[in-house]
Amino acid sequence: MAPDTKHLEVTLETQVESVNLAEEMCLRVAEAAGFGEDDCYRIGMSVREGVINAFHYGNQERPEKKIHLVVELTPEKMIIHVLDEGQGFDLSRVPDPLAQENLLSTSGRGIFLMRAFMDEFDVVPGRTGGAEIIMSKKLPLNPSGANGQGGQDTAPQQGA
Amino acid sequence: MELRATYRDAGLITVVDIGGRITLGEGSALLRKTVRELLLENRTKIVLNLADVNYIDSSGIGELVSAFTAVKNRGGDMKLLHLTKKVHDLLQLTKLFTVFDVYSDEHTALASFG
Repeated sequence: MAPDTKHLEVTLETQVESVNLAEEMCLRVAEAAGFGEDDCYRIGMSVREGVINAFHYGNQERPEKKIHLVVELTPEKMIIHVLDEGQGFDLSRVPDPLAQENLLSTSGRGIFLMRAFMDEFDVVPGRTGGAEIIMSKKLPLNPSGANGQGGQDTAPQQGA
Repeated sequence: MELRATYRDAGLITVVDIGGRITLGEGSALLRKTVRELLLENRTKIVLNLADVNYIDSSGIGELVSAFTAVKNRGGDMKLLHLTKKVHDLLQLTKLFTVFDVYSDEHTALASFG
C-alpha cells in the first residue's frame, strides 16, 4: 500500500443492518474526499449492492459468516473491497438483467448497478475464501467543484 | 427514512401513496405487504404514487417487479406515478421503463385504466 493511501477496514455481521451501516460509512468517506452529491449517491448505492450480494448470495444469510469491507483512498481514487465467506462466483456467468427474458426477474441487478455506477469493477477470489468485489471511483479533479461536485445531472455510464 | 404506505380509493382504482426508501429489509417488506393486502381485497387496479420515494435499491426494484407480476397474474394492472429523478433514472437504466406504465399526472394515470 502506498504511503499516501488511507485505509479503513471493518468486519460486518451477516445481517440486513450491515447494508445501511456500510453505505453510511462509505458515504462519509466519499463526502470527506470531495465527491459531489450524484457521485456519493452512486458510491453509496454500489456499496449497498456489494454488501447485499455478500449478505445474500455469498454468505447465504448465514449469521456465523462475516462480511469484510475495505475502503482505500489514494490520491487518485476511492477503492472499495467487499469480501464474503461464500463459495465465490464467476462474473462471466452472471445473467444480463437487461436481456428481455430477465426484465421481469425479481433479482440479479446488483452487479449491473455496481458496474454502471462505478468507474472500475471486478470480482476476484478473496482472501477469505469467497468472492471479493473490487470497485473504484476516480476522485473529483477539483474538490471545489470541477468534477462530480454539487449534484451534477449527468447520466451514469453503462457497464461493459 | 423508513418507508410509509397509505392507500385511497379513486373509483375502482386504488392509489397507494408511498414515501421513503424502498430498500432491502423493511422497505421492501412493507411494499410487498401493502400490495398483498390490496390483492386480498380484490383491488387489482393499482397506481403506485412514488412522489416521495427518494431512493430504491436492487431489492426495491425487485419488489416493484414482484408486485407488478402479482397484480398482472390476478388480471389487474399496476401503474407508476410521479417518479423522482433518481427513481426515473434507475428504471431507465434497468430498462424497466419498457415494462411499467409510468405517468406524471394522476388524472392521466387513472384514465389509463379505461
